[in-house]
Parts: sequence; structure tokens; C-alpha cells
Amino acid sequence: MGVASPEGARVGVIVFPGSNDDRDLARALENLGAEVAMVWHKDARLPEGLAGLAIPGGFTYGDYLRAGAMARFSPVMRALEPHVRAGGAVLGICNGFQILCEAGLLPGALVRNRDLRFRCLDVRVCAEDTGLFQPELSPGRELVMPIKHGKGAYVPDPGAPPRVAFRYAGENPNGSVEGIAGVVNAAGNVLGLMPHPEHAVDPVLGGTDGLAVLRAFLARCTRPAAAA
Amino acid sequence: MSAPEVNLELALEHGLSQAEYEEILKLLGRRPTFPELGIFSVMWSEHCSYKSSKPHLQTLPTEAPWVLEGPGENAGIVDIGQGLAAVFKIESHNHPSYVEPRAGAATGVGGILRDIFTMGARPLATLDSLRFGPLDEPHQRYLVRGVVSGIADYGNCFGCATVGGELTFHPRYRNNILVNAMNVGIVRKDRIFRARASGEGNPVLYVGSKTGRDGIHGASLLASSEFDEQSASLRPTVQVGDPLTEKLLLEACLEAMATGAVVGIQDMGAAGLTCSGFEMASRGGSGIEMDLDRVPQRERGMTPYELLLSESQERMLLVAEAGREAEILAVFEKWDLDSAVIGRVTKDGHMRVRWHGEQVVDIPVDPVASSAPVYERPTAPPRKRSGPIDLATLPPEKNFSQALLDLLASPNLCSRRWVYEQYDQLVQGSTVLRPGGDAALVRVPGTQLGLALTTDCNPRFCSLDPYLGAQHAVAEAARNVAVTGARPLAVTNCLNFASPERPEAMWEFAEAVRGMAEACRALQTPVVSGNVSFYNETTRDAERAAIPPTPTIGMLGLLEDIGRAVPAAFANAGDSIVLLGESFEELGGSEYLALRQGVEGGRPPGLDLEREGRLLKLLVAAAQAGCVRSAHDVAEGGLAVALAECALRSGIGLDVRLPPAEIRLEALLYGETASRAVLSCGEESLGELLRLAREHGVPAAAIGRTGGERVRIQPGVDVALAEAQDVWSRTLPEALDS
Repeated sequence: MGVASPEGARVGVIVFPGSNDDRDLARALENLGAEVAMVWHKDARLPEGLAGLAIPGGFTYGDYLRAGAMARFSPVMRALEPHVRAGGAVLGICNGFQILCEAGLLPGALVRNRDLRFRCLDVRVCAEDTGLFQPELSPGRELVMPIKHGKGAYVPDPGAPPRVAFRYAGENPNGSVEGIAGVVNAAGNVLGLMPHPEHAVDPVLGGTDGLAVLRAFLARCTRPAAAA
Repeated sequence: MSAPEVNLELALEHGLSQAEYEEILKLLGRRPTFPELGIFSVMWSEHCSYKSSKPHLQTLPTEAPWVLEGPGENAGIVDIGQGLAAVFKIESHNHPSYVEPRAGAATGVGGILRDIFTMGARPLATLDSLRFGPLDEPHQRYLVRGVVSGIADYGNCFGCATVGGELTFHPRYRNNILVNAMNVGIVRKDRIFRARASGEGNPVLYVGSKTGRDGIHGASLLASSEFDEQSASLRPTVQVGDPLTEKLLLEACLEAMATGAVVGIQDMGAAGLTCSGFEMASRGGSGIEMDLDRVPQRERGMTPYELLLSESQERMLLVAEAGREAEILAVFEKWDLDSAVIGRVTKDGHMRVRWHGEQVVDIPVDPVASSAPVYERPTAPPRKRSGPIDLATLPPEKNFSQALLDLLASPNLCSRRWVYEQYDQLVQGSTVLRPGGDAALVRVPGTQLGLALTTDCNPRFCSLDPYLGAQHAVAEAARNVAVTGARPLAVTNCLNFASPERPEAMWEFAEAVRGMAEACRALQTPVVSGNVSFYNETTRDAERAAIPPTPTIGMLGLLEDIGRAVPAAFANAGDSIVLLGESFEELGGSEYLALRQGVEGGRPPGLDLEREGRLLKLLVAAAQAGCVRSAHDVAEGGLAVALAECALRSGIGLDVRLPPAEIRLEALLYGETASRAVLSCGEESLGELLRLAREHGVPAAAIGRTGGERVRIQPGVDVALAEAQDVWSRTLPEALDS
């Protein structure tokens, strides 16, 4: 083992009430050769043999409280914690990133965009410290992916600078502190980002840079945890 | 609580006429109960019954080999091949959006989404056609902000991409803004669901949100009468939407349908439980009995009248196979939605409703649902009609470059980015051509098929000549679709007009429908669904203000291979630019005349539908042949604006020399002659493109090249691309961000 091939990785995509990009994410992962199980948020036990978990974008519980504030209480989140402690890979995209922050699995918080409006546009981000999601996402690598969110301004925990996985290169679209677009946890196995890699996987639909992020996630899933 | 006494006075208060009330007495053979009166008032309202529009709508073409479902169901359906069908419809939410812009627009989106997924389709894309009063008025800016945020909140949270639409400003929309929402969804041809209650003894289920007191009489009072000083007091008749519940309702409905236990399903939209019950029974040739005590309720003490007429959102009425109720109820429980068996299908053709053990409604279904009154309203042309403009009397344009910059900066032509950036354009991973071009193009999931979608109407043309204006709306919508490479297939229409009780307004309606019918026939794009919104006029301080006739066309086209999609923006520097079509000396109704000369008059450009048809075929053939890199139709603002837009969207300049013409330069650059498009192609494809044009009988001329940092259209125009970009992109943010 140790070869970073995503072939055959078995991963879960968690579906909450209000997950919107779940099927897009599953399709993109499947197209890369992964076997995807959709995991319902009420399931307190994960399906057997999942090497990684992805939390898709959307508006879980309508974002009626704070983004992700309700989803963190779903039964599936209790199952997620041991997976994270064991070094399992987790990818949170947009609302998934917000949920991971609310659940304390990633540091910091995501608040309303600077201009208080939802924004949907392509952005350029630059990879920095992507923890265990290397070498696919090596520092300095630039990627173009779309963002689509109203609450994507990242605010670090006071006095505790995060491991910055991605920073906006060029325009800071939402007022994130220091242009932070994505972070990893201290152990490096949980990655959250606001841009949507699953919406940049097809040249006909506007680009393929998102494949690098999804490949990095799947490669992490097939590498034995010990190699971390 | 005792119900008020039913008499003629109460009927009149409900918006019914004396003749209609007498008809009710005759139908029932007795005085109606209070809830029954409420039901009649809603079912026979203009909004639900189409009583003024029906005789005209019947003249529209509705059939073609690819049409699977025409008007009459929740939405129209066309065959797109590979065992799949596209379900689509456009609907207005004008009055509520004026009274309460954010909630009004949001529930407009919610309503059209339900129309689509009621038929078993997963909604794929939304478009919004929006019209407001002048952008420089604070109240209009408030309305724009509210409407756009309402659409964004609902569509983004629900998870359906918003991919296109229109935004127009004109003083005549000041007191009556228009919010028309269109949606298209995809369904397997063998899995289409219809709104029919059939099978005696089958259970009738209520699913979705609980019923509250919101939206009572939205259809009859708000949507079916004109505005006056008191209209703000109608705010409580506007419903409040909940997009999360709608999203859960979508997933639950599709899951319930997949069980095979669903016989028929109908959303509770305008007029709520009443309308959906009657429509389902009427289409199924059956009756329904319901027990209101079983309806999930949000508030205490609701009367039968309120329960029947509430327009609370995110609710469906569903008929299941007897004995399989539990399967359906389990699905809705999984999604944390209310559901309850509230009645059953009967065969005697009556709607019977019980409440607290008492029968409060007993009406024969057919007379109410399908024998609503029909009116042949009188029509009369306006006394003063706009004639041709003598161009010789117009002062000559002094600065053609400045005219272009002014047009690009004008509210009607400037960049719409401020609007569409607030919409999720991408969710579901299908958007091939994003907003900002002519038509949006979405991929049909799991296939290489693409659907091109657009909405179109030029209200200035329609105001000058509703017949010709409606024809232009159809032709331009078809052109918008065809420039992407897609073949126009079918139309959904949203007919926004003033009061049908005024002969001049009714004449506008009749003329527009006549023009639309002819154009749809000629271009082979039948009308498969739609909506009529009358009473878009306001009387204030004894002054009447009515909207220009606005028959908005929603057009759907099919592209066999999304790999052949043609964008509106230039693709490369150094490509050849080709003008298709012929330019005539037509400045009537143009944006240029209105903006630079302050004249809103003249005759709209002529339209030869046969010529238009040839252009459409050529555009599709050229995309098919792969010899085009960009294509954009020439419309508002004329040729110069169309060329500039290709440059602005790509960041690639252009250098064009127009062939000598015998028409005034104002008309050549800024006239809005129909049936034209500007294309770009690689040097190596130019010969083939010109050959194809000859073959199709469409005049074509290579007029210049893409590239550079300027927009140069000789004779007359030479501006820096950066300057054009600047004025074009600043207008909306500057007006709306403050």
C-alpha cells in the first residue's frame, strides 16, 4: 500500500435535511472510481468499512439558526467523532465546513459575508498547509473553483491561528480573515473549505480543478492510517 | 364562533358578481354555507378560473409530436428523447411581490417548484423575469433588493439553480412590478404523475407543512383585482415560504412516488385545499370526502372557512392506493413532515367536507371546477395608436461612441451580475452556460443532452403594438435558444396585463394572444403551459396607471450534445466576426430612441416569421457543424450593443467595419431590426459558415475580427474596452449597494 490511488476507496457522503450538493459530490467521487455510500443523518452507526466521510454543501435545517448549528446535533455526528480520532479522512465542503466548525472538529467559525449577500462565482485559491492531503494538494498549487454561499467569512479562534489549507488568491470574495478559504485540523486529517470542488470536475461545466481536491481526499482514504 | 350570514352583499365582498351569486344559488338549489361561498369565490376568481382569458387562450397552438402534456395540468411536458421528458412552466407572483417583495418573490419560486415536482420531476433550473419602475427611485430599489433576495433565499436553500431571466425598468411598472418565475424539471417518461383523484375508496392524504391562517384570499382578492391606496393592508394575504420544508417535501414526494403507491398528487397552491381537492376530483371524474379535523393545523381554533381557503405553503394533497397508506406515511415521517389521511375518494361526484362532526360543504364537483363562468369581454383599440416616426425630424446623433457607452450603462442594458451573483447557479452540477448570455444551458443529468432556457418580452414593443410585440417576444426567445445551438421546442407563457374589465386592456390581451398564436405556429413552438395575471394596474388619487402589456415567453430548446454548446462571449482573439440577417431603417421602440432622444414611440421593427425560421435553422445547423465559437442575438440596443456585449463578457475586444448601408447610421448601429445575430468563428470555418448561411437563405457578412483592447465599430464607434466594462458593470451595484 501507500500508493495514492483512489481506485476502490469506500467513502460515505452524509445527507442531512437540506443537503443540496450531496448527489453532485457522490457522482464526482464515483467518477473518480470511489464506492460511495449515502449516510442518512439519523444513523448513529456508520456503514461498515468506510475509509472516509464527506459532508456536502447545502442549507442543513435551512440555516435558520446559524449555518451548521443544528446539524451538529444529528446522531451521525456522534459516529463521526471516533472516525476522526482514529485518523480517518473527513472532507467538509461549504455547509459541510460550517458543520465541522460548529461541531468543534475544525477550529474557527464561518460568519455572514462582508457585504451580507450570497455570492456565486468562480474564485482562485492557493493551497498552503493541507495536512495529510498531500502531495495531491501541495503548497503553492492554485485552483479555480466556484463558491456559492452567504456565510463564508472565516473567523479564526482568538489567539489560535489555524492550519490554513487554502487562501483566496486575488479578490477576497466574502471578507474572510486573511483571505482564508479552507483549513485542516491539528491532526491534518479533517479538511474544510468554502469553494466547491464537486462543481469543478467537468470541462463542459466550467473547469476541472476540483478534481485535485477530491483525488487528495480519496488518496488519503486509501493510504493506511499508520502512514499518517 | 358563528359563521356570518350568507347573502348577496357578502358574495359581492368576496369578489363575486351578482350574476355569479345567482348561478351559485341555482347550482346548489339552496343558499351556500359560508365555507361554500368562500370556495366559489376562489374557484371562480379570475386567477383560478381564467374566466376572461379562456376564449382567447383556446386559440393558442398546443400540440406537436413532442408534446406529452399541454396546458391543463400543473405544468407542460415535452419529450426530450432517451426516455426522458422536460416538465416546465412559468407563473406570476406580481401582486404579492409588490405588497411584500421578499416573501412574495420567495413564495413565487416555491409555487413554481411545486408545480414541477408534483408531476414527478426533479426541478433542475429556475429563471426569473422581473420588471420594476425606474431604478433611480428609492422605493423601486427597495423592491428590487427585496425581490432578488427573496428569490435567492428560496432557490438557494431549496437547492435548485437559478440560471437566467430578465430585468427591465420602466415607469409604467412603478405601482405594479412583475415577478414571473419559470422552472424546468426532468422526469422519466414512464414516471409522470398527474393530479387525479381516482379509485373509489382510495385514501386522500395531506402531506407537508401544517395549515395556518396565512394567505387567505391571496388568489381571489390580491391576484384578481387592481391596486389602490389600501393595498398595503393586503399584506396579511401574502403567504410566507419555508424553503427547507419545500426541499424536504420534494425529497419525500419523489421517494413516496417511487413506492408505486401514489395514484395522484396535486400541490396546494392558490386557494389551498379547496382548489387542489376540486381539481383532483374533477380530473379524476370522482368525488372526495374530507374531515377537516384531521388536517394538521398550526393554529388553534381555525374555522372550516379558514382551513379550506388558507394558502399556507409547502403542502400537497395526495391520493394513494387503498391499503398502502402506511408506506406513504412512513416516507413523510422519515423527512420529519406532517402527513395524515384526511379523507377518501368517492364516486358520486360531490365534494363533502365535515368539521366537528358536521357537514359544512356539499358541492357537486364539476360545476365548480370546470363550469366556471366564461366572459367574452368587450375589446376596443386605444383611441390614439403610435404611428411611424419620421426619422428626418430626429436630431442627428453627435457622438456615436458616447451613445454606446450611455446605452451600456443604462439600467435596461447594463450588466446583471449584481442580480445573478446572489443566485446559486450551479447546484445539481448541470449548468453549462451560466447567466449573462442569451439563454442558459443546463445538462440533463446522466446524459449529453442540454436544455436551453430563456424568458423574453420587450414591453416597449408590446406597448406600441401588442400583436407585433408578442410575436417579437416569441421570435426573440426562440433566437436566444437557437444561438446556443439548441432547437426551440416549446413555450410556456406568463401573460401580464391590466384589468380585463377595461376594453382597451382586453384589446391588448386579445391582440397579444393573436400575435403569439401566429408566431408559435410559424416557429413550431407550441404553448404547453402558462399563467395569466390580470389587474396589473393601480388607481391612486383618481389616476389610473397600468403596466404595458407584458406577455412573457419562456422558451425551452433541446441540444443533442452539450459538447456543441455555443456561448455568447467571444472565445479567442483573431476570430472572424459574422453578422447574420439584414438591417433595416427601424428605430421605433428602440432603447436608443428612449434613452438618447427621449422618444418612446414609432412602430416596432417588422417581423417576418419565415425569415426568422430560416435564421433559427441556420444557427442550429452551424452549431451542429461545429463551425461557430460564439453566437449572440441582436436585440435591445441594436447591433453595436450586441457586439459590445460579446466583448464585455469575454474581455476580448473587436474591430469591425460595417458594409456601406443605405440607412441612417443611428438605425444601423442602434436600431433593433429582428432576425439578426452576431457570430464568431475560426478563420478556417468562415467559408463553411458563409456556405451554410447561403444554403439557408440568410444574408451573412464577415464584418471584422475579435481581439485587441477596443470596441471599434466603424463607422462611428471607437471606445476602450476597459471604459465600456467600467460603465457597464457599475450601474446596478451603485444603485443597489448603498
